[in-house]
Amino acid sequence: MTAVLERPGRRFADRRSRTLAWVGLSVLVVLGVVVAGGLAADAAQTTSLTDRNLGPSASHWFGTDRLGRDMLARTLAGLRLSLVVGVAAAVVSAAIALALACSAAVFGGVVDRAVGWLVDLFLALPHLVLLILVAFALGGGTGAVVAAVALTHWPTLTRVLRGRAREVMSSDYVAISRQQGHGRGWIARRHLAGHLTGHFLVGTVLLFPHAILHEAALSFLGLGVDPGEPSIGILLAESMRHLTAGAWWLAVLPGLCLLVVVTLVDTIGSSSRALLDPRSHHL
Amino acid sequence: MLQAEGVWFRYARDRPWVLTGDDLGIEAGEVLGLCGPSGGGKSTLGRVLAGHLRPDRGRVTVDGAVPRPRRAPHPVQLVLQQPERAIDPRWTVRQALAATGAELDGLDERLVHRDWLDRYPHEISGGELQRVNLARALLVRPRYLVADEISASLDAVTQARIWTLLLEHCREAGIGVLAISHDRPLLETVAGRVLDRSPVPDAAG
Repeated sequence: MTAVLERPGRRFADRRSRTLAWVGLSVLVVLGVVVAGGLAADAAQTTSLTDRNLGPSASHWFGTDRLGRDMLARTLAGLRLSLVVGVAAAVVSAAIALALACSAAVFGGVVDRAVGWLVDLFLALPHLVLLILVAFALGGGTGAVVAAVALTHWPTLTRVLRGRAREVMSSDYVAISRQQGHGRGWIARRHLAGHLTGHFLVGTVLLFPHAILHEAALSFLGLGVDPGEPSIGILLAESMRHLTAGAWWLAVLPGLCLLVVVTLVDTIGSSSRALLDPRSHHL
Repeated sequence: MLQAEGVWFRYARDRPWVLTGDDLGIEAGEVLGLCGPSGGGKSTLGRVLAGHLRPDRGRVTVDGAVPRPRRAPHPVQLVLQQPERAIDPRWTVRQALAATGAELDGLDERLVHRDWLDRYPHEISGGELQRVNLARALLVRPRYLVADEISASLDAVTQARIWTLLLEHCREAGIGVLAISHDRPLLETVAGRVLDRSPVPDAAG
């Protein structure tokens, strides 16, 4: 305890660099998965009928499936596809939410009411039905999955950001900035942007697993990515048929990898928020 | 002269009136005390004078004209009781002061110490933050200052220091001050004259 009291600066600096190291490591691993997935694209599709349904071994770490395809290569390729779909859908969705929340807070009045009404409308509709309808209308495929998830997942985040933005806009410090002659654009840039960054990052990160799960669900229903493409959703859906035959590696290993990647992305989001917050900027 | 002429104000149509035809005048360079019990509408009157709130009836004038600054600081600046709410918690003291657009070189060291400039509001004490708050209001060179309970949450020594600095700066620049407080002895010490505000009658709603 006395050591902590005597050298607070040292302790804070250490914690900050630890968080930075965590973020760096997570980003590297996630990028590594994306690169490895790209390199494994061919291997993921190569069939070898002599190596069918093999369990994990030195030559096939994650085993092989019923067509003798290497599951490690398929998992990496699948993770890459899931990451691309998840990140794209989460970012587009969060960008819609940010734009709507900011315009509601900055312009207020009719714009604010319209945004509130739109959020209520979308929240009232069951989003899975909407998701299926949008994906169906767009004819399926990776692009359709991204569009469908992005178009159905902005309302919750919009509501959170709008609430936070309203709180900032009605604060004393914004009133004083107005009194000192600053306009709406200046206040949005200087006050609003900083206060929304943390919520925006966390909201985007929380959208990410949702996007991946919906990608899997849509692919399972045949409206998502092409069944030939090894997305994690398709791998898991295929593995269901072989689990009873004892082929546990088909579901467990890709599932665990997905869990690890989602956790890493979560770490990146929450640590970045902590690093940006002045109250913990030196923690 | 900062003048409120028959000012009426309420926070919403279905809320009772807070200001009922209030009149008030402050000469340039004068320090006027406004005393009254809590909930009597003192702060609301301060906010109306500073242009934070628009009166429903009546008008507030500075030298005979209603101030309508566009992209320029309002001639009446408000210093609030809680400085931690008046400064963006994500800004350093330097950023908060620089937002006024004024040069920080000529800053009075007794008001804002150089060491505080790169700290966040939660990293300096309440009294120090209130001095930053006051310095920010003075940096935009206002004609009038509304000081709303600026020393209510501070100890006696810090209170005395803040008021001495405020009065000194305002005397130098000829700034008129409306000092709002429920502490009559304090107002009698700092202000030339003290007005009493009676509480809003319930029947006014």
